[in-house]
Formats: sequence, C-alpha cells, structure tokens
Amino acid sequence: MDIIVCLKRVPETAEAEIKIDSSGKAIEKERLTFDINESDNYALEEAILQKEKWGGTVTLVSLGPPDCEDALRMGLAKGADQAIRISDEKFAELDGFATAQILKNAIKDMKFDLILTGCIATDDGYSQVGPTLAELLDIPHAVLVTKIDAQGERAIVQRELEGGLLEALDIRLPALFAVQTGINEPRYASLIAIRRAAAKEIKVLNAQDIGLGKPTIRTILEGLSPPPVGKRAEILQGSPEETAERLAQICKGKGIL
Amino acid sequence: MGKIFALVEHRKGQIQDVSFELLTKGRELAKGLEAELVALLLGHNIGEMAERIKREAHQVLSVDSELLAEPNAEAYQIVLSHLMKEEGPRLTLIGHTALGMDLAPSLAASLDIPIATDCVEIGLEDHRLITIRQPYNGKLNARVSFVESPQVLITVRQGSFPAQEGNLSARMVDIPSPLREEPTYRRFIQYIEAAVGEVDITQADVIVAVGRGIKEKENIALLQGLADSLGGVLACSRPIVDEGWLPKDRQVGSSGKTVKPKLYLAVGISGAFQHLMGMKNADLIVAINKDPNAPIFNVANYGIVDDLFKVVPLLKNKVTELKG
Repeated sequence: MDIIVCLKRVPETAEAEIKIDSSGKAIEKERLTFDINESDNYALEEAILQKEKWGGTVTLVSLGPPDCEDALRMGLAKGADQAIRISDEKFAELDGFATAQILKNAIKDMKFDLILTGCIATDDGYSQVGPTLAELLDIPHAVLVTKIDAQGERAIVQRELEGGLLEALDIRLPALFAVQTGINEPRYASLIAIRRAAAKEIKVLNAQDIGLGKPTIRTILEGLSPPPVGKRAEILQGSPEETAERLAQICKGKGIL
Repeated sequence: MGKIFALVEHRKGQIQDVSFELLTKGRELAKGLEAELVALLLGHNIGEMAERIKREAHQVLSVDSELLAEPNAEAYQIVLSHLMKEEGPRLTLIGHTALGMDLAPSLAASLDIPIATDCVEIGLEDHRLITIRQPYNGKLNARVSFVESPQVLITVRQGSFPAQEGNLSARMVDIPSPLREEPTYRRFIQYIEAAVGEVDITQADVIVAVGRGIKEKENIALLQGLADSLGGVLACSRPIVDEGWLPKDRQVGSSGKTVKPKLYLAVGISGAFQHLMGMKNADLIVAINKDPNAPIFNVANYGIVDDLFKVVPLLKNKVTELKG
C-alpha cells in the first residue's frame, strides 16, 4: 500500500503566550518551539502502521521553508521512506484552498492508495486542506477519522461525530483521510534512526517543478487582534497558600463542601 | 431577490442546535443584504421536521429522498452543489460540525467559491461580507474577507450566535432529489454509540478536570486525591484521552460529554473551545492555570494563575480541613 502523508510544521501555541507581530497579520515566532502539527503526527503514525501491516511505501510531503525539514526528518526517522518539501517565493501568503492546490499539483502524478493528513492545523485552525485536496484530486475523503481498516479496493473507517458518537463508513480507495488525534499511539524514533534520517536526501520542488504558476487565493486575512475580553474570571491573588485557602472558603460558602 | 442558504443539520430525527443558531444569524444577514433566507433540509420523511423550522426562514426548501436517509457528506455535496448552481445564493451557511467539516471544504472547491471555516462572527461592511475566525488555539481573532465572488461559503462555530425564535412564515417548497443513485465514493454503514464507562461524569455535582498541564500520567493521582476530598469525580480534556491516561468516558467537550455540575474545577486546562462547549454552563467554574491568557479564564468565575503542583496539594488539605 503506497501512502502519502501531508504534514505541517507549526509553532506550539496551546501552552505558550502569543503576541501579534508588527505586521499585524502574523505572530512573533522567536520564542516559540516548533514541531510537527499534532494531528499530522497521528496521520504519520497511522501511515507507518498501515505500511507495517500491508507493505508498501510512505512518502511525506510538506509545504514550507527549509526549517520544516526538521519535521520531515523526524518522519523519516519514524519509518517513512521518502520526503518531499515544496517551497517557492510565490507561496508566501496562502489560504486553505491555495495550500491544497499546491499539494494537489505536487501529488497528482504520484501513485498512491491512501493520503493521510491531520484534521486540523493548530496554527490557522482551518480544517480545510485535507478535504479540499481530495476534491481537487477527485478522490473520496472522510475527516475526523478514528479507525482505518483497509480492505483492498475499499476501506471501512470510523469517524467521530458529536458527543462520543461515531459512524462507520465504507469508502472507495484511493482516498484521503484526515485523522483525528487519538487514532493511535505515535511512536518515538530511536537516536540511531534520527541520525540516519539526518543524512537522507529531501527532494525540494518549486512552483515550476509542480507546474503551478500562481496559487489561487480566495480569502484575505486582513488582520489579527486579541479576542475581546468579555466576562473575565475573578483572579484570586496571593501565594499558593492564600489562594488555596480562599478557594476552599468559596467552595464552603457555596455549599459545595 | 438575492438568497442566503442555511443548511439544517439533523440526526435521528433531532434538529441540531447549531441549525437554529445559523438561521438566527441568517435572518440578520438577510435583512442587511436585502435577501431571502432559505433553510435547506435534506433527508427522508422530513415533512414534520420542515414544519418545525417554518418560523425560522423565508423559505424552507426540502429535498426528501431515501438516498438521503442518513447524513452522507457525499450525497449532501451532490445535492447542495446542484442547488447552489441553480439558485446562486450570495452566501451559504453550514455549521462547523463533524458533518460541516466533512462537507463544506470539498463543496466549496467543487464550485470554485471562497470558503471561510469555523467563523465566530459574520458581518457586513458596505455589503461586503467580513468574518472573524480564531486561529492559534483560540488565542487571537483573525479578520477575514473574501475576494470578489458571486457566492461564498461560511462554516460557523457552534454557540457563536445565540439562537432566537424567528417570527417568519416560510414558503414550504419540496423539490425532487437531484441525486438519483447511491453515492459511489462513500456508503454509511452504522452509528456506533459511545461506550458506557464505570463512572457517568454527567451525574456528578463536583468535577475536577485535568488537562495537558498535568504533564505526566503519574501526576493524575494528585488530582484524583483532590476530587476525592471534594466528593467529586475526575474528568479530563481531550489530550489526556489521546495519550491513553484516562478513558474516553471521562472526556468533557464537544466530542465527549457535556456536563453541568455545581462545581467544575479545571486544572491545567487551557480552554480550547471544544472543551468549553462541554462545561461552560456549570454553576461554578474555577480554573487553575499558569498562563494568565488561557481562554479558560473567559468562562471561569474564579481563577488562580499559578503552578498547579503548588496549589493543588494545599487546596486538598484546606478542603479536608474545612470539611473535617
């Protein structure tokens, strides 16, 4: 089974403090740590698991500057066979559709049974690229996938709905699945594998290589701003001793103890 | 007259809350754009359901077919694509739900129209549509507009627009399904219900919920101790379940459980909106997090901005003392 994994290197923002930069359209990135996008990491693991089960190859594709090769090399270390990075000056400001369009141009002549990607990127939060890419490649897709059971020309997948409910679907292959976190348990790469991957060649393609003059941008990011504050919590002040005491008293006062 | 389409989402005979939210916003935008709001209802034996939304739009457009009996994103895409090409609505609204995420991006791509996803606000400036989205885990607002296009598609985050009952009297229109045969790409097999665990957190008066801030599986015992001292149960946010540290039945959030306890104590949880959806209506919400900008503090009544590993043991002792 030949599998393509589309992955993205993103800044870790869940726990970090975020500041808007001077352009007003991006965030300051110097103090942030970068890593492979969380749900893409689960997609990568899923691809390697499927390869271990069925044989075949795993090809990684990422759109981004040289830095994103960190993520690609980690993927190679974990068991992917080859990695491709797409980069061009013309690909500076993109939206979800443009990203999918670029990936489509890179992938359309490749042979694959499955394309796996994460269901959402934690930086822009679009949740668009996977299903858009599938549409442009004219292949079926499913998003929020929590289980993949490939059976020759079709796959039985489970996908997540609301409130813990799942649905089981029968999807024709080749197909694209945008996977949800928790679909598997991502492995760690061994130091030896990481060292070996550091020496591997990563193919770099530009706009001309993939036959795309200019990507089509349909939405415009006009600016970033802090979200309106709204109703804020009363922040208890003092040392841990003091705040713990105050909170315990609040609970007592409300009849909770 | 211009049109605004709003997709009514339903499952097992229930119309989803987000549909009423979309229709409420749709009515407001219809006024601003001098357009007609059309509620789209796809399914099988949906006559009674159509009646339920009669006051919410200027027109209810129903497509009733056996092939639409279960929500199937491929079938929906075929029908919606046909309707949108025929009627050319200025704007189509779909909820950013499991169905919406599966359907909307590919639908927009197939029609070559712009799409903005997971929007929390939609406005009009000189008849231009402007949306607000929240990238970076909800920590910032992004103002997004569209290139010139006769149609745009917007998916809307649940809970963004409070639903209000409409006072319209919709024209009820039934059209035959443009979908004539079983979709070939995807076939719905069945629903799989959530597994029932040993503890039903939705029944608890006191919930202590643990998030990523807990760092290691071993530290969860600390929070279990706190829950015990409060006479409550332990719950968690999604990442804890993804790691396999707690079972799925402990997960609070849009893809887990919705809870409404007397006390919800969120420890080391940043407050991603999917999590907030599952607990924001608790009577009393308290958050402990070392990031003062954590979105959880926007829904909490009280907050402690400090290291949970310092606060939690002290809190447990105080609680035990006061109960003693």
